[in-house]
Amino acid sequence: MSSAGMTIREVLEANGRLPVSAMTLRDDDDLYQNGLSSHASVNVMLGLENAFDVEFPDELLRRDTFKSVAAIEAALTTLGAHVQSDANG
Amino acid sequence: MTLAVGADLQGIDEVRESIEIYGVRYLRRIYTDREIADCARQPSDVARAFAARFAAKEAVFKILKDDDVIAAWKDIEVSLDSGRPVIALRGGAAQLASRQGIATIALSLSQSSGTAAAVVVAERASGSSR
Repeated sequence: MSSAGMTIREVLEANGRLPVSAMTLRDDDDLYQNGLSSHASVNVMLGLENAFDVEFPDELLRRDTFKSVAAIEAALTTLGAHVQSDANG
Repeated sequence: MTLAVGADLQGIDEVRESIEIYGVRYLRRIYTDREIADCARQPSDVARAFAARFAAKEAVFKILKDDDVIAAWKDIEVSLDSGRPVIALRGGAAQLASRQGIATIALSLSQSSGTAAAVVVAERASGSSR
Protein backbone atom coordinates (compact mmCIF):
# COMPACT_ATOMS: atom_id res chain seq x y z
CA MET A 1 0.00 0.00 0.00
CA SER A 2 1.39 3.41 -0.98
CA SER A 3 1.90 6.18 1.54
CA ALA A 4 -0.87 8.15 -0.15
CA GLY A 5 -3.14 5.12 -0.06
CA MET A 6 -2.52 4.74 3.67
CA THR A 7 -3.24 8.42 4.34
CA ILE A 8 -6.43 8.26 2.28
CA ARG A 9 -7.58 5.26 4.30
CA GLU A 10 -6.79 7.07 7.54
CA VAL A 11 -8.94 10.00 6.37
CA LEU A 12 -11.71 7.57 5.42
CA GLU A 13 -11.49 5.96 8.86
CA ALA A 14 -11.79 9.35 10.55
CA ASN A 15 -14.44 10.92 8.31
CA GLY A 16 -16.16 8.30 6.18
CA ARG A 17 -18.55 6.72 8.71
CA LEU A 18 -18.01 3.43 6.90
CA PRO A 19 -19.43 0.28 8.47
CA VAL A 20 -16.20 -1.50 7.54
CA SER A 21 -12.60 -0.57 8.23
CA ALA A 22 -11.12 1.44 5.38
CA MET A 23 -7.89 -0.45 5.98
CA THR A 24 -9.53 -3.62 4.67
CA LEU A 25 -10.66 -2.05 1.39
CA ARG A 26 -8.82 -2.61 -1.84
CA ASP A 27 -7.84 0.35 -3.98
CA ASP A 28 -10.67 -0.24 -6.46
CA ASP A 29 -13.43 -1.17 -4.01
CA ASP A 30 -16.50 1.04 -4.46
CA LEU A 31 -16.72 3.26 -1.39
CA TYR A 32 -20.41 4.06 -1.94
CA GLN A 33 -21.25 0.37 -2.10
CA ASN A 34 -19.28 0.02 1.13
CA GLY A 35 -21.44 2.59 2.89
CA LEU A 36 -20.00 6.02 2.08
CA SER A 37 -22.85 8.56 2.05
CA SER A 38 -22.90 11.76 0.05
CA HIS A 39 -22.67 13.83 3.22
CA ALA A 40 -19.79 11.76 4.58
CA SER A 41 -17.96 12.29 1.29
CA VAL A 42 -17.92 16.02 2.09
CA ASN A 43 -16.14 15.30 5.36
CA VAL A 44 -13.75 12.98 3.56
CA MET A 45 -12.97 15.75 1.10
CA LEU A 46 -12.28 18.23 3.90
CA GLY A 47 -10.15 15.68 5.72
CA LEU A 48 -8.16 15.03 2.54
CA GLU A 49 -7.63 18.78 2.13
CA ASN A 50 -6.16 18.88 5.62
CA ALA A 51 -4.03 15.78 5.15
CA PHE A 52 -2.62 16.73 1.74
CA ASP A 53 -2.69 20.53 2.06
CA VAL A 54 -4.79 20.97 -1.08
CA GLU A 55 -8.20 22.35 -2.00
CA PHE A 56 -10.56 20.40 -4.21
CA PRO A 57 -11.87 22.68 -6.98
CA ASP A 58 -15.56 22.61 -7.81
CA GLU A 59 -14.99 20.50 -10.92
CA LEU A 60 -13.72 17.65 -8.73
CA LEU A 61 -16.65 17.83 -6.33
CA ARG A 62 -18.48 14.99 -8.00
CA ARG A 63 -19.43 11.51 -6.96
CA ASP A 64 -16.84 9.76 -9.13
CA THR A 65 -13.96 11.61 -7.41
CA PHE A 66 -14.62 9.76 -4.17
CA LYS A 67 -15.74 6.44 -5.63
CA SER A 68 -12.66 4.50 -4.52
CA VAL A 69 -9.27 4.89 -2.90
CA ALA A 70 -7.73 4.72 -6.38
CA ALA A 71 -10.07 7.43 -7.68
CA ILE A 72 -9.22 9.69 -4.75
CA GLU A 73 -5.52 9.14 -5.28
CA ALA A 74 -5.93 9.98 -8.97
CA ALA A 75 -7.80 13.16 -8.10
CA LEU A 76 -5.11 14.17 -5.63
CA THR A 77 -2.49 13.56 -8.29
CA THR A 78 -4.26 15.95 -10.64
CA LEU A 79 -3.97 18.63 -7.98
CA GLY A 80 -0.24 18.83 -8.55
CA ALA A 81 3.29 17.85 -7.63
CA HIS A 82 2.96 19.31 -4.15
CA VAL A 83 0.27 16.72 -3.48
CA GLN A 84 2.42 13.97 -4.83
CA SER A 85 5.26 15.08 -2.62
CA ASP A 86 3.06 15.15 0.48
CA ALA A 87 1.38 11.88 -0.42
CA ASN A 88 4.67 10.12 -0.76
CA GLY A 89 5.94 11.42 2.51
CA MET B 1 -45.87 16.84 -19.03
CA THR B 2 -44.38 14.28 -16.67
CA LEU B 3 -43.51 14.46 -13.00
CA ALA B 4 -40.17 13.57 -11.44
CA VAL B 5 -39.78 12.93 -7.72
CA GLY B 6 -36.66 13.01 -5.56
CA ALA B 7 -36.33 12.37 -1.84
CA ASP B 8 -33.50 12.25 0.66
CA LEU B 9 -32.82 11.85 4.37
CA GLN B 10 -29.99 13.44 6.32
CA GLY B 11 -28.91 12.72 9.89
CA ILE B 12 -28.86 15.95 11.90
CA ASP B 13 -26.05 14.83 14.21
CA GLU B 14 -23.80 14.17 11.20
CA VAL B 15 -24.26 17.76 10.09
CA ARG B 16 -23.72 19.04 13.63
CA GLU B 17 -20.47 17.06 13.84
CA SER B 18 -19.28 18.45 10.49
CA ILE B 19 -19.94 21.98 11.66
CA GLU B 20 -18.07 21.32 14.90
CA ILE B 21 -15.06 19.78 13.14
CA TYR B 22 -14.76 21.83 9.96
CA GLY B 23 -16.78 24.96 10.76
CA VAL B 24 -16.94 27.60 8.06
CA ARG B 25 -14.96 25.47 5.59
CA TYR B 26 -17.73 22.87 5.66
CA LEU B 27 -20.50 25.44 5.40
CA ARG B 28 -18.96 27.39 2.53
CA ARG B 29 -18.38 24.30 0.37
CA ILE B 30 -22.01 23.20 0.59
CA TYR B 31 -24.29 26.13 1.34
CA THR B 32 -24.83 29.54 -0.28
CA ASP B 33 -24.33 32.77 1.64
CA ARG B 34 -28.10 33.17 1.83
CA GLU B 35 -28.57 29.67 3.23
CA ILE B 36 -25.87 30.26 5.85
CA ALA B 37 -27.51 33.53 6.87
CA ASP B 38 -30.99 31.95 6.97
CA CYS B 39 -29.83 28.99 9.07
CA ALA B 40 -27.91 31.25 11.46
CA ARG B 41 -31.21 32.97 12.26
CA GLN B 42 -32.87 29.71 13.30
CA PRO B 43 -33.87 30.10 16.93
CA SER B 44 -33.48 26.46 17.91
CA ASP B 45 -31.07 24.16 16.12
CA VAL B 46 -28.77 25.42 13.38
CA ALA B 47 -27.63 21.91 12.45
CA ARG B 48 -31.25 20.87 11.89
CA ALA B 49 -31.75 23.70 9.41
CA PHE B 50 -28.57 22.86 7.51
CA ALA B 51 -29.45 19.15 7.46
CA ALA B 52 -32.83 19.93 5.88
CA ARG B 53 -31.13 21.99 3.18
CA PHE B 54 -28.57 19.26 2.49
CA ALA B 55 -31.38 16.72 2.10
CA ALA B 56 -33.12 19.09 -0.32
CA LYS B 57 -29.98 19.49 -2.44
CA GLU B 58 -29.53 15.72 -2.62
CA ALA B 59 -33.19 15.24 -3.52
CA VAL B 60 -32.78 17.69 -6.40
CA PHE B 61 -29.60 15.90 -7.54
CA LYS B 62 -31.63 12.72 -7.86
CA ILE B 63 -33.95 14.44 -10.33
CA LEU B 64 -31.20 16.18 -12.27
CA LYS B 65 -28.69 13.32 -12.35
CA ASP B 66 -26.62 13.50 -15.51
CA ASP B 67 -23.10 12.29 -16.19
CA ASP B 68 -22.28 15.05 -18.65
CA VAL B 69 -22.96 18.17 -16.59
CA ILE B 70 -21.65 18.74 -13.08
CA ALA B 71 -23.88 20.48 -10.58
CA ALA B 72 -22.35 21.70 -7.35
CA TRP B 73 -24.18 21.77 -4.03
CA LYS B 74 -24.13 25.57 -4.12
CA ASP B 75 -25.90 25.52 -7.50
CA ILE B 76 -29.02 24.52 -5.55
CA GLU B 77 -30.28 27.06 -3.04
CA VAL B 78 -33.08 26.59 -0.53
CA SER B 79 -34.78 29.67 0.82
CA LEU B 80 -38.04 30.49 2.53
CA ASP B 81 -40.83 32.43 0.82
CA SER B 82 -43.36 33.48 3.46
CA GLY B 83 -42.33 30.42 5.44
CA ARG B 84 -42.61 28.08 2.48
CA PRO B 85 -39.37 26.41 1.31
CA VAL B 86 -38.48 27.08 -2.31
CA ILE B 87 -35.66 25.93 -4.61
CA ALA B 88 -33.55 28.17 -6.83
CA LEU B 89 -31.12 26.71 -9.36
CA ARG B 90 -28.05 28.27 -10.91
CA GLY B 91 -24.92 27.16 -12.76
CA GLY B 92 -24.74 23.48 -13.66
CA ALA B 93 -28.01 22.69 -11.89
CA ALA B 94 -29.86 25.32 -13.91
CA GLN B 95 -28.31 23.94 -17.12
CA LEU B 96 -29.45 20.44 -16.25
CA ALA B 97 -32.96 21.58 -15.43
CA SER B 98 -33.20 23.51 -18.68
CA ARG B 99 -31.89 20.56 -20.69
CA GLN B 100 -34.51 18.34 -19.11
CA GLY B 101 -37.38 20.76 -19.62
CA ILE B 102 -37.84 21.36 -15.91
CA ALA B 103 -39.30 24.76 -15.14
CA THR B 104 -40.81 24.20 -11.71
CA ILE B 105 -39.59 22.30 -8.65
CA ALA B 106 -41.72 22.06 -5.52
CA LEU B 107 -40.06 21.28 -2.20
CA SER B 108 -41.28 19.90 1.11
CA LEU B 109 -39.05 19.65 4.18
CA SER B 110 -39.65 17.60 7.31
CA GLN B 111 -37.64 16.95 10.45
CA SER B 112 -37.76 14.54 13.36
CA SER B 113 -35.53 14.65 16.41
CA GLY B 114 -32.65 13.03 14.54
CA THR B 115 -33.34 13.20 10.82
CA ALA B 116 -34.17 15.83 8.23
CA ALA B 117 -36.09 14.82 5.12
CA ALA B 118 -36.76 16.50 1.81
CA VAL B 119 -39.08 15.64 -1.06
CA VAL B 120 -39.00 17.49 -4.36
CA VAL B 121 -41.42 17.20 -7.27
CA ALA B 122 -40.52 18.59 -10.66
CA GLU B 123 -42.62 19.15 -13.74
CA ARG B 124 -40.83 18.01 -16.85
CA ALA B 125 -42.13 19.21 -20.22
CA SER B 126 -43.18 16.51 -22.67
CA GLY B 127 -40.57 15.81 -25.31
CA SER B 128 -37.65 16.85 -23.09
CA SER B 129 -34.41 14.88 -23.12
CA ARG B 130 -35.39 12.68 -20.16
